[in-house]
Amino acid sequence: MIQIKDLHKSYKMGKNSLHVLKGINFNVEEGELVAIMGSSGSGKSTLLNILGMLDELDEGSYTLDGVPIKNLNETKAAQYRNKFLGFVFQSFNLINYKSAAENVALPLYYQKVPRKERQEKALKYLAQVGLKEWANHLPSELSGGQKQRVAIARAMAAEPKVLLADEPTGALDSTTSYEVMDLIQKINDQGNTILIVTHEPDIADMCKRIVHLKDGVIIEDKKIEQVRAAKYV
Amino acid sequence: MFSKDRWKEILEVLSSNVFRTLATSFGVGWGIFILIILLAAGKGLENGIRADFGDIATNTMFMWSRNTTIPYKGLPKGRRFSFKLEDVQAIKDNVPNLRFISPRNQLGGFGGGNNVVRGLKTGAFNVYGDYPQIIRQEPMTITSGRFLNLNDIDDNRKIAVIGDGVKNELYDKGEDVLGTYMKIQGVNFMVVGTYKKKSNDGDGEEGQKEIFVPFTAFSQAFNMSNDVGWMAITAKDGSSISNMKEKIVGVVKEKRKIHPDDKRAVGYFDLYEQFNRVESLFGALRWVAYFVGVLVLLSGIIGVSNIMLIVIKERTKEIGIRRALGEAPWSIKKQILMESIFLTIISGMVGIIFGAAFIYGVNAVLDSVGPVDMFVNPSVSLGVVVSALVILIFSGLLAGFIPAQSAIKIRPIEALRTE
Repeated sequence: MIQIKDLHKSYKMGKNSLHVLKGINFNVEEGELVAIMGSSGSGKSTLLNILGMLDELDEGSYTLDGVPIKNLNETKAAQYRNKFLGFVFQSFNLINYKSAAENVALPLYYQKVPRKERQEKALKYLAQVGLKEWANHLPSELSGGQKQRVAIARAMAAEPKVLLADEPTGALDSTTSYEVMDLIQKINDQGNTILIVTHEPDIADMCKRIVHLKDGVIIEDKKIEQVRAAKYV
Repeated sequence: MFSKDRWKEILEVLSSNVFRTLATSFGVGWGIFILIILLAAGKGLENGIRADFGDIATNTMFMWSRNTTIPYKGLPKGRRFSFKLEDVQAIKDNVPNLRFISPRNQLGGFGGGNNVVRGLKTGAFNVYGDYPQIIRQEPMTITSGRFLNLNDIDDNRKIAVIGDGVKNELYDKGEDVLGTYMKIQGVNFMVVGTYKKKSNDGDGEEGQKEIFVPFTAFSQAFNMSNDVGWMAITAKDGSSISNMKEKIVGVVKEKRKIHPDDKRAVGYFDLYEQFNRVESLFGALRWVAYFVGVLVLLSGIIGVSNIMLIVIKERTKEIGIRRALGEAPWSIKKQILMESIFLTIISGMVGIIFGAAFIYGVNAVLDSVGPVDMFVNPSVSLGVVVSALVILIFSGLLAGFIPAQSAIKIRPIEALRTE
């Protein structure tokens, strides 16, 4: 699903250049649930941003579902993001003046899905995350865990190839964290490919594979026995 | 463009901070209000001055003879001369695109003594020997009887058309005027018609105290032979008398044996030039109105632009999210442009409505206090409103353009980073 070869990325800061990613080689197969771990500054967020086409790579190649991702203009990048990727952020990033259902329907709107169908789909995905009754509530009326579940529903609504989650449990207490992870595991069980950036070992243990980043290189890449979050819920 | 969701969103955004939206739109509304008022005031002035011109054929010049100042062909300087009837034909033959050439003779005039007698009553009036077409150059309304016609000219009929002012002085109230006789400098003329001139300036009174008689009868009665006192010459519509006057004067000079360089022998007054001068003044006034109005509007637009920039700053994160979810940059740009155009147009409409109401009020006041000199019916035409709307749409685009540009310049990754 994802092939990354010899990826380099550096940021210019004044005269100095900060080499963040120093040659990453990394493949993800369909249906995997991968945790990307590392301390802050290890380059894990940069890697996720490049995977999410929010940032451009300097060197190397990135292929997503057989499509080479390079030299995209903004319009093309937006199109690919919409078609291939779903995002889940640490701070939820819901649009606060839109209801839960409208938030979930947003990526479908950009796909020009007709209004009626959009609403039906949004409700379907909200039901999947168990928030059907909250469809008409604004984000401000939801708890943190609920917000993140809406965000996951939104990420899933466009039926993306890959779900990218940047510290999805970073702003949640452990009980809600496990609830969210339970949801993510269930989505993964349906065959969806998911990448999670996290620095919490217990969250990483709930994935099927852990990639450890340090100072811009992968120091460890191992498959693990998955811990089911359902046990803790 | 007319997608329901887009409009819903525009309304959501604009109504999320009602006071700010109102304050912003006030700037634009005020600008368009000022523009409308200025244009209406200019129009009122224009209407007022136009009313003073009346329906006089403005493409007209008047020409009269004076003394020569340069000796020519053996004739001395200081010679007094007079136009002749044949000059009229000469002008007709030599200068194209003329509509009317009216030779005129005149008795009496400003401050003249009594020259008209009817029974026991006498009066001092201007008496003109004229051709029938003069009524087209100096419009008047025939209130009874008829005006002069070509048969009167051909038959040298001694008839007269008199103004309402003449009638009031020489006749008793209710007395029958038509068919009566009056003596003009001792010669009897029969009254065949009365007229009334439409005029609302100071000359109005004087304009009603005129008597028109056929040119030929006038010449015969008062021993003018074929002399012509002065001429009123009107050009055809679409050609300007101002461009022809040199040629007309040239023809007359040649016929009257006047040195071609003698500038003072033939006097003339170019009504069209005067009229055009006033016209160009109106043009300038309109310009000033547009200029000032648009400048005031511009400050409103800058206000909108400013607020849009702030709105975008506030919505940076939201724009980042939308782009991460796959909204195309042009779609974001369109959204912001539409918000700004919508805001400008709505507030501009309010400005137009208030402006129209204000003008309506002014008109009502003007109607109730009676006519004001040089100011009649201030108004704006549909054309002005349409052009104001075009200006608004354009300014909305202008106001939204920079903010929209800056909105899509934000890279999604940076937008998401702002916490």
